[in-house]
Amino acid sequence: MNPTQEIRISDPTLRDGNHAIGHQLSAENIAAYCKAADAAGVPIVEVGHGNGLGASSLQLGEAKTPDHIALATARENMNRSKLGIHVIPGFATIERDLKPALALGVDVVRVASHCSEADICERHIGFSRNEGAEVWGCLMMSHMISPSMLLEQARKLESYGAEGVVFMDSSGHFMPEDVRVRVDTLVNGLGIAVGFHGHNNLGLAIANSVAAADAGATLIDGCARGFGAGAGNTQLEVLVAVFERLKYSTGIDFYKMLDAADLAEQTLMKEIPTIKSVSVVSGMAGVFSGFMKPVTRIAKEFDVDPRDIFFELGRRKIVAGQEDIILEVAKQLAQQPKKGNP
Amino acid sequence: MNRDAVIQAKEKLRVAIIGSGNIGTDLLIKVGRSPHLECGAFIGRNLSSSGMMKALSLGVPVSAEGINHIINNPDCCDIVFDATSAKSHFEHAPILRGLNKRVIDMTPAKIGLMSVPSVNMADCLNEFNVNMVTCGGQASIPVAYAIGQTQSDVDYIEVVSSISSRSAGPATRQNLDEYIKTTEDGLKEFSGARRTKAILNLNPAEPCVDMQTTIFAKVKDPDILKLTERLSELVKSVCKYVPGYEIILGPIVENDRIVVMVRVRGLGDYLPAYAGNLDIINCAAIAMAEEYAQVTLNAVSKGN
Repeated sequence: MNPTQEIRISDPTLRDGNHAIGHQLSAENIAAYCKAADAAGVPIVEVGHGNGLGASSLQLGEAKTPDHIALATARENMNRSKLGIHVIPGFATIERDLKPALALGVDVVRVASHCSEADICERHIGFSRNEGAEVWGCLMMSHMISPSMLLEQARKLESYGAEGVVFMDSSGHFMPEDVRVRVDTLVNGLGIAVGFHGHNNLGLAIANSVAAADAGATLIDGCARGFGAGAGNTQLEVLVAVFERLKYSTGIDFYKMLDAADLAEQTLMKEIPTIKSVSVVSGMAGVFSGFMKPVTRIAKEFDVDPRDIFFELGRRKIVAGQEDIILEVAKQLAQQPKKGNP
Repeated sequence: MNRDAVIQAKEKLRVAIIGSGNIGTDLLIKVGRSPHLECGAFIGRNLSSSGMMKALSLGVPVSAEGINHIINNPDCCDIVFDATSAKSHFEHAPILRGLNKRVIDMTPAKIGLMSVPSVNMADCLNEFNVNMVTCGGQASIPVAYAIGQTQSDVDYIEVVSSISSRSAGPATRQNLDEYIKTTEDGLKEFSGARRTKAILNLNPAEPCVDMQTTIFAKVKDPDILKLTERLSELVKSVCKYVPGYEIILGPIVENDRIVVMVRVRGLGDYLPAYAGNLDIINCAAIAMAEEYAQVTLNAVSKGN
């Protein structure tokens, strides 16, 4: 390990955290956390609906704060930190969503697709590069394909003009070795930076992020108190502390990061993310962490076991964005005899 | 002159298909089965593509010259299916209008009137250019139309389609933004909803997933009984041209929204049955072309 290696932190507390509260972050919430993160020197702060720009919907949950207000508010309250967005083609369009966002002063655009569908990102990446933004490609649910297939998809993102590729453990399914192998494959096969985004369903978000850094990833995502979908993301203030002990430099002021995390706990969340039983199941089943809330609600409505829903969704290889299928699966399970019954 | 050839000419209208990808090739197979249509030209850019191979194996005249083939051989067709891309259709449309061709636009360019046969077939018959909206539009608009007809104060309709990755070719992937815009416009026009939203998911699971479309609606005081009745009539009418169209959930009210979920299994012509997305837009286009053909041929025979 190179003891002076720099790790850049990207903080999606105000984006992924939205999953945990039904996308109800207010402009005041955004303003307060942006100020705190800016004071701590967090390099990139990502803001928006849990599924990113243009994703407010009945399918995924309607955002309390529209994109343009969220982004304008964040922009006003940050001097040093760059403003980032998550953009999924198929949800966000260039004309309706991306153009206005860039006009509001977004610095970093992360164009995301399901891990095997990178080619839907081409136009959004090209457009954002042309507009002068820093552009990353993101491969979500990356546990669903092999390291070599992940590299093939990442190379496409590189060819479209992405300046780096983040692979996301959207279900919190990876073991540290899985992460190490993937970072290694990407670092050796790409000419651009590699990043990692973890979830904590199996309690390994920090360990996986360290494995990513050790293998050569230079951008790591983390959220204050782990505020994020399902069991939550990599807990940022812990990550900063761990990186300090491992002599990685993040450039973040540790005390001020702790202050930002305290503020996040007090003002953003109804409950601190923990690994609930359904989140363990979601991690095991390899289902998108963001499904926790709708699965829990629909399981109650149809009187079925949420764990059965998760395993059936996993068996059917449902991807992030397919929340409507939860209803169909619940209906199907409700028509079957309950487990344990003769 | 051969007597059979004269009868043949009167019984069928000739179509040209531009675009030799998934949509174009599947259309080719469906045209081959039609009692009212025959393919006069299958046009792409690459003679060795798998679509071209299929056309050659069927003995259909092929060309790699793109739109120029129709400019140079205007008699090859009466109707043109444009299965290229929105960008290309903007170039093709004025040329084809100049040649007096009926155009069925399979791209989301949306230059002409939007056509959803179960809803507005009759309105489309006098148009020179009709647009088949999108696969998600063909699957969801009959439902959205039923919601518009039976519910008061339709505030919002949202449509989420999931299709198998295998069924989404390069043009589909390049045209996601146009897909969204065109689907949203179609939903608004046919339902009267104040706001609409369309979302498309690609699912790479193997074995491939069937096309599914979920329609959510926010209305004042949902009337599920009325909606269920109207929907069952519309589904029958859609099934006349897309036999694999089926409501698999709903209409129900869940979490303060009307939910209807539709599954579309294809006929398995060029792509297997999971590609209901391909089938529903192509079956709608063929239904449209056959209706043109019957009206035109009837007019000709009466004229005689």
